[in-house]
Amino acid sequence: MDIHEYQAKDLLRDFGVKVPSGGLAYSPEQATYRAHEIGGDKWVVKAQVHTGGRGKAGGVKVCSNEHEVFDAADEMFGSKLVTHQSGPAGKIVYRVYIESGVEIDRELYLGFVLDRSSERIMVVASSSGGMEIEEIARDQPDTIIRSVVDPAVGLTEFQAREIVFRLGLDASHVQGAVTTIRGCYRAFRDLDATMVEINPLVVTSDNSVMALDAKMEFDDNALFRRQQIMELRDKSQEDLRETKAADQGLSYVGLDGNIGCIVNGAGLAMATMDMIKLAGGEPANFLDIGGGASPERVAKAFNLVRSDDKVSAILVNIFAGINRCDWVAEGVVQAIQSTSLDLPVIVRLAGTNVEKGMQILENSGLPIATAATLAEAAEKSVQICKAGHVPSKLAAAS
Amino acid sequence: MSILINKTTPMIVQGITGRIGQFHTREMIEYGTNVVGGVVPGRGGETAMGKPVFNTVKEAVAATGATASLVVVPPPFAADSIMEAADAGIDMCVSITDGIPAQDMMRVKRFMRRYREGKRMRLLGPNCAGIITPGEALAGIMPGHIYLPGSIGVVGRSGTLGYEAAAQMKELGIGVSTSVGIGGDPINGSSFRDILELFERDDDTSAVVLIGEIGGPQEAEAAEFIRDHMTKPVIAYVAGLTAPKGKRMGHAGAIISAFGESAPEKVELLREVGVAIVPNPSEIGATVHSVQGKAA
Repeated sequence: MDIHEYQAKDLLRDFGVKVPSGGLAYSPEQATYRAHEIGGDKWVVKAQVHTGGRGKAGGVKVCSNEHEVFDAADEMFGSKLVTHQSGPAGKIVYRVYIESGVEIDRELYLGFVLDRSSERIMVVASSSGGMEIEEIARDQPDTIIRSVVDPAVGLTEFQAREIVFRLGLDASHVQGAVTTIRGCYRAFRDLDATMVEINPLVVTSDNSVMALDAKMEFDDNALFRRQQIMELRDKSQEDLRETKAADQGLSYVGLDGNIGCIVNGAGLAMATMDMIKLAGGEPANFLDIGGGASPERVAKAFNLVRSDDKVSAILVNIFAGINRCDWVAEGVVQAIQSTSLDLPVIVRLAGTNVEKGMQILENSGLPIATAATLAEAAEKSVQICKAGHVPSKLAAAS
Repeated sequence: MSILINKTTPMIVQGITGRIGQFHTREMIEYGTNVVGGVVPGRGGETAMGKPVFNTVKEAVAATGATASLVVVPPPFAADSIMEAADAGIDMCVSITDGIPAQDMMRVKRFMRRYREGKRMRLLGPNCAGIITPGEALAGIMPGHIYLPGSIGVVGRSGTLGYEAAAQMKELGIGVSTSVGIGGDPINGSSFRDILELFERDDDTSAVVLIGEIGGPQEAEAAEFIRDHMTKPVIAYVAGLTAPKGKRMGHAGAIISAFGESAPEKVELLREVGVAIVPNPSEIGATVHSVQGKAA
C-alpha cells in the first residue's frame, strides 16, 4: 500500500526525522491560509499523488507570495498529473501540501528496502541526491552505499555513522544524519514498511539535516496489524478496478490488451497471459481467482473482467486440482447465465473430472468455445478477437 | 527415489484441527503419507483423523519422532509456528500459508540461523503448494493423482502452474521424482538453488524442471549454480513475459522492481548456462520429452 508524502512525513516526524513545516490543503483558499500559517517568504506547493517524478510533470511549484501559492494550487487541483512513473492514465490531484521553502546546501539520497538477496532491510544511500536512484545507479554507481541491517540487533549507531561519514558529511551534521537514518529504520520496522525513500535528504544552509521529500510503501500482508496505516489509504489514487477486485478477494491487474483472463493461481495466470502474447494477442488483465475457483468467485471474476470496455473475448483457464472440473464448469455456466454475458468465452479446463466438465459446457447451449490445452485456448481467443466475429451460437441466441 | 520426503517420513500437521488442516491431512493420509500426529495449542490429548494432538511441537516430536511438519496456520500466527518447528528439531517444514508479513519471514530466517548447518531446519514456502514424492508421500495441498512416479525433479514457485507441468508430463508418460513448491513470497525458506542442489545429489533424479517467475534474484542465483555445479539437464520456464514493471502479479514476490527481474532477462541468464528453455507454457512436457530423448 502507498501513502502520500505528507502522511509519510507525519509518520517519520514521530520517529525523530526532521521535516520542513507544512500543512495540507483541499482548496486553493486553504492553501493560501496554510502558507500564511507557516509564515516566511518562500513556500513549496506540492501535488499529493501516489507516483514519483512529480517535479518534472509540474506537480511541485516554488512560490514567493500567497497569490502565487493560490495560483499554483488552483492549477493543480483536479488536474491529472502524468509522470514517467504514473503510467499514461496519470493520477488526479485532490490534495495539495504547502511547505516552508528551505535553503539547501547539499542534497543526498537515502532509501530503505527489503532486500531479497540478503533477506534483510537494506539501507541505500548516495551523495547524489535529487536524482532518482535508477539514474544514480546508472550514472554514478560509485556513489551508492549499501548497508544491511541484522534484524536481531537493528540498525546500530556505528552502522549509521559509517554511512554518514561515507556520504562525506561534516562532523557538525553527523548526529542529525544518524538520528534521521535510525529514525527511518525504526519507522520501517515498526510500521511494516516495504520501502522508505527520502529523496532528497538535505543539509540546509542553517545546518540542519532534513527530509525534503518522503515516500513510504507498506506490506499489504501486514495491514491486519497496522490499523494506523490502513487509515491512511487513499482509494482515489488507486486503480478503481484493482481496488474493487481486492475488496472481493481477487487479485487483478489491468493491462492494455483485449483478451480478458480468468485463471486460478498467480503463476498459471501469468503463463496464460504469456501464451496469449505468444499466440499473437494481447491480454487485457491479470486475474487470479484463487486455487479453489468456486462458482461465486467465477461469477465475480466475469463481472470484473467485462467491466473493462476493451475486452472483446474472455479466456477462462482453470486447473482443478483439489476441486473438480464439473463443479468449475457449472460455475462458469451459472456466471454466464446470471451476468447475461454478450462476449465470446473460451474455456480450458484441466485436472480432476475434466471430461465431465467439458460435457457440462457443451450441453449448456451457451456459446462457449472449449479447448483442451493452454495453447489451443490462447490461439482460439486470438482468432476470435482478430476475426471480430461473434460465435454462431451467440449470434443465433441474440 | 526422492528428495526430502518419502513414505516413511514421520510427519505432523501444525493446525491439524482447523477446517483447512483437517481437509489436507485427510488427503495426505489417503495418499499414503505417514502422518503421526498434529499440534494445536490447547488441544493436546485429543485426536484428529485418528492421530494424537499435542500442545507443542516439542511434545509431538518427543512422542512420535516426527521429522517433518506441515504448517497450516493463519498468517498472523504462521511465523511463530514455523519458529516453533525449527526449535523443536524438525528437519523439514512446509508452510502453505499465503499472507505472512514479509518482516515476519525476515525474523524467521534470522531465527533459523541460530542452529548450526546440519541441525538447521529446511523450510519450504510460505505461500507454496508443498512437496510431493509421487506414489509415496505428500506434504501440502497438491492433487496427488496428477503426478506419475518417475525421475524428473520439479521445483517452482506457483501451485497451479506446477500442476499444469505435472499434468503435461503425465500426458506424455513422464514421471516425477519429487515436486517441490518454494512459494510466491519475496522472502521464502528454500531457494531454487537450494532445491537444485538436492536434485543434483539425488540418484533417482535424472533431470530437473525449474518453473520461475518475475521478481527477485533467485533464478539468477540458480543460473550460477547450474553453471558451476549441475551435471543433470535443467529445463526452465519463467512466467510473466507480459507483466508490466512495478505491478504485483498475484504473488507477493512477483513484481519487477529491479534490473534483471523481468522474465526475458531471467530466461536469458538461464539460456546462457545451457538450460533448455520451454518456448511456451503449453510445451513444458514436450520440452522435457525432447531433452530426455537427447540424453538417452
